Amino acid sequence: MSREETAAALPNPQGITPEQFERLRRVWDPPRGIRFLTVVNNNYIGLLYIATAMLFFVLAGVLALIMRVQLAVPENDFVSQSLYNQLFTMHGTVMMFLFAVPVVEAMAVLLLPNLIGARDLPFPRLGAYAFWAYAIGGVLFFCSLFVGLSPAGGWFMYPPLTGEQYSPGVNSDLWLLGIGFIEISAIAGAVEILVGILRTRAPGMGLDKLPLFAWALLAFAFMIVFAFPSVIVATALLELERALGWPFFRAEAGGDPLLWQHLFWFFGHPEVYIIFLPAAGMVSMILPTMAQTPIAAYRLIVLALVATGFLSFGLWVHHMLATGMPALSLAFFSGASMAVAIPSGIQVFAWIATIASGRLRLHTPALFLLGFLFIFTLGGLTGVMVAMVPFDLQAHDSYFIVAHLHYVLIGGMVFPLFAALYYWIPMTSSRALSERVGKWVFGLTFAGVNIAFFPMHISGLLGMPRRVHTYRDYLGWDWLNMVSTIGAFTIAAGVALFLFDLARNFRTRIEGHRAGNYWNGGTLEWLPSGTFASHSIPRVESRYPLWDQPNLSEDVEAGRYYLAGTVTGTRETLSTSAIHAHPQFVKQLPGPSWLPLAAALGTALFFYALTFKWGTAAMGLGVLTVAAILRWLWIGTDLPPHAPVDIGGGLILPVNAQGRTSHSWWAMIVLVLVGASIFTCAAAVYLYLWTAGPEGWPQTTGDPLPSVLWPLAAAALLVGSGFALAAATRAQRAGARRQMLLRLLLATVLLVGAGFLEIYGHWHSGLRPAESAYAAAVWALLSLQGCYVSVLVVMALYAGARELAGLLSAERRASFDNLLPLWTFAIVQGLLAMAVVHMVPRFAGA
Amino acid sequence: MHSALQSTLDPHGPGAAYALELLWVMGIGATLVLLLVTVFTLYGIFARPERRRWLGRASVVVAGGVLLPIVTLGALLVYGFWPRERAGEEPLRIEVTGEQWWWRVSYAADGGRPGFETANEIRIPVARPVEIALKSGDVIHSFWVPSLSGKMDMIPGRVNQLRIRADREGVFRGQCAEYCGGAHQAMALLVVAESPARYDAWAVNQRAPAAEPQDSWARSGQALFVSGGCAACHRIAGTAAQGSNGPDLSHVGSRLSLAAGMLPNHRGTLAGWIAGNQQVKPGNRMPEFRHFQGPELRALAAYLEALK
Repeated sequence: MSREETAAALPNPQGITPEQFERLRRVWDPPRGIRFLTVVNNNYIGLLYIATAMLFFVLAGVLALIMRVQLAVPENDFVSQSLYNQLFTMHGTVMMFLFAVPVVEAMAVLLLPNLIGARDLPFPRLGAYAFWAYAIGGVLFFCSLFVGLSPAGGWFMYPPLTGEQYSPGVNSDLWLLGIGFIEISAIAGAVEILVGILRTRAPGMGLDKLPLFAWALLAFAFMIVFAFPSVIVATALLELERALGWPFFRAEAGGDPLLWQHLFWFFGHPEVYIIFLPAAGMVSMILPTMAQTPIAAYRLIVLALVATGFLSFGLWVHHMLATGMPALSLAFFSGASMAVAIPSGIQVFAWIATIASGRLRLHTPALFLLGFLFIFTLGGLTGVMVAMVPFDLQAHDSYFIVAHLHYVLIGGMVFPLFAALYYWIPMTSSRALSERVGKWVFGLTFAGVNIAFFPMHISGLLGMPRRVHTYRDYLGWDWLNMVSTIGAFTIAAGVALFLFDLARNFRTRIEGHRAGNYWNGGTLEWLPSGTFASHSIPRVESRYPLWDQPNLSEDVEAGRYYLAGTVTGTRETLSTSAIHAHPQFVKQLPGPSWLPLAAALGTALFFYALTFKWGTAAMGLGVLTVAAILRWLWIGTDLPPHAPVDIGGGLILPVNAQGRTSHSWWAMIVLVLVGASIFTCAAAVYLYLWTAGPEGWPQTTGDPLPSVLWPLAAAALLVGSGFALAAATRAQRAGARRQMLLRLLLATVLLVGAGFLEIYGHWHSGLRPAESAYAAAVWALLSLQGCYVSVLVVMALYAGARELAGLLSAERRASFDNLLPLWTFAIVQGLLAMAVVHMVPRFAGA
Repeated sequence: MHSALQSTLDPHGPGAAYALELLWVMGIGATLVLLLVTVFTLYGIFARPERRRWLGRASVVVAGGVLLPIVTLGALLVYGFWPRERAGEEPLRIEVTGEQWWWRVSYAADGGRPGFETANEIRIPVARPVEIALKSGDVIHSFWVPSLSGKMDMIPGRVNQLRIRADREGVFRGQCAEYCGGAHQAMALLVVAESPARYDAWAVNQRAPAAEPQDSWARSGQALFVSGGCAACHRIAGTAAQGSNGPDLSHVGSRLSLAAGMLPNHRGTLAGWIAGNQQVKPGNRMPEFRHFQGPELRALAAYLEALK
């Protein structure tokens, strides 16, 4: 076929006119001046997000340097014991929670839509909200260091040390709060990523053509959904214990300090892979470009990513090998910890195979990848060593582990990140970073990491424990520590040089003249694009469309593909099916708004007000937050019906969608999965405390249980509420307003009534949460149900208000439909919780 | 104190020796794998395209990524979990309780002989297995004497067992290995392994009541100890001092160190600790007795030093 014939076969052969293009540009134009704070587009939020995460990287790095100065010589008094304890707590917490997870999410926000040919993420305002909540909350959290209010319990915060008795004051509460922000932004990120990847890919980009970074993000998002609930529950329980005296972790009241460790590490270990998998995904994107050849063993890598995700949930106990576990479970976790070496091995050898199949150009990104391969492999190998229990009992909590974890995290995450920054900066900047400076940055950081951390293996083996603010001169650790300190400053020099290069060469440019496809990459993010992503959305026929589909860039830029310009006159993206990416509908997207920022500010300050026990302020801020969120839902979601539109290629698609195809329904399902994980954790807490201390349960104590009539009545109301909701749904579909409202009201009343009956039953039997671990575990389940009931009441009122305002109809019903999955879940959860709470004490042996 | 060992690389007990053997085996294995990966990578970059082509095949990925770890790790697991012989000898039983920031050490009653308590120093007979029951009095600590054995946590509400044995005489230093707040760094202990005869003699002495003060100077120290506030927290067997919050001082003069391994033990450091302990171990539970005059401090220190 000639060039003209090929063009004629494209969806929109005549391309778009300059006027159409101008319209597209105007619709996506970012706000300017002070109104830039209202920006929601992924390109800008992504850059802000990365910059904020890098700020925390630098800040936490400075904390590390202070610690290294203190440890450089024995019996040093550069910083006090109490400041040192705050420093290492903050270093770990900030690096893990405010840098590592957020920066990965930030890269996803910036890159994902560009990688998969979407115009934006599916929920831009949620993305902006998550970013602002993280940025505001994180900065305030860090500032606690300047007023001596930083937590000092270690980033793992083991109770009872972090309980009220041994850590009075707000320091530990601030930690719990700081984690709260990252929980919010992580869950929001998971929703964006899952719905984005599964529903907004360019036509033809079936899952077998999905870029590996997106595959890694899929695994990442699922892991967040199943791992974060565990830390959400853990932090909630610890705060309940600290604030209200519910004794989950206090042994003298029947609690168990190990419960925290199980919950924390059930999150904490997957957390390592939550950080590592996206980094591995970035490596699998950058390496093929650097070697100018497709990735080797694509399918095996996908399998390895998924397998890592699964295996990582079976490893948490290897952080607890010294807690006195039974030998059999030690053997199991030891084996599982080693098994995870297999998927890592697959990836390492796939990368080597890719290098061997192409010709690696040794530019800065490639150097960082090679540094990554070496450092990460070394860290992985020491990981295998510490999985061997008798050796781990020596290495655990010694500097050997400090060395191991920094090799894994710096090798597995920071080096790929630097490679990614060097690699993708031409995509968002008018100039690439300097190759000459980049080689120095690499040299300094690579040498620095090995000089700083390799000696720590030895100081650990020489008996140096972690988290000590100084050590005696006669222990023989002094010269090793001096070397480590020199290494730390070498890394710092590398990072400083990087920042210098960034200041010199990085000029944000989302539109217009950019450095562009600087490395000759083959994936969609290298298409010519602007805030709106590409001018038209290509049909993808290969894993490397820019390499394999001739003239793709020109045709896309000329608007010869789908959804050229804007077809609805608003921001929009193409929604496609989950597996094969068949076009389904056009999704309209919201533009700039103050509301996400207002809601984020409200959320962040609300938590601080609560921590400092400023009741009135907290209440006001809570109201502000909810109001801002409801307002943004009211004006920006569940939009008026729009006639079907022509996206080119003879495809006439509906605009927006209702029911199970809609993005909001998918997002709600993700939330329900999160909810199910939270409930599983809360129920596991009950069962764990029962098996750990059955003497506190009514079977042994003989304390009265609520009459069985209470839960039976509550269960009846719950089921009734479900039927009422189903009836309301029918009325809603039929357009019967009065009936719908009455039935919805009935469903709500029954739901609230069920919760009330169950709570009253326990209160009536004399059960008070601060009394014992048993009581606390029961009340935790009741409170969880209470949370869902409160949320559903607000959602029901909202749906009712939409109906009254005439904004709900058979064609426009997301506000109502979103109730259904969550409501159903709340009913199931309520029934299960009652089954656990009432049946265990009655039927399980004492 | 200077001769005390605290290194996993210098093992003198079966636990530590086994861990070191594992370190060698795994360390050499890990070095070989790292070398393999490095060489393959460099070969993939720098070898001529036609010579390195085989390295790009999927079979290499399967061989290196799947088979290699399965074989090596399988062998490692079998080797690591192969049952080892256990000493059958009846162990000596000791209970150690972690406290912020010191170690309470209790020797159980043995036959007709009563038990006794000491602190921050464990004496054991050489070559005999010792079963240590590990407890916590407040937060989580971890008992770690690297030259003898791996570590084991001390967790409130639980009792963990750790079996150690010293294969030669000597002083082995240990340090709390689980961050326990404030002065975590300043929580060391000494394990002194001695010949059975010397150990027995030591134990007989520990069971005996505290030494009576020998001169008026020391007697005034004793009076001050009982009346000056010390007795609220410390016990000295055979006197009115029966406090139990802090270490039992009945034979404090016989210990090798003070303040959980922080100070050498003599009259000067004793006095210094009494008046200025927050400088040595910030945040520790003992108040500084600054109101004692110089002569009073010296009397107290003399009395305590003589409690051999």
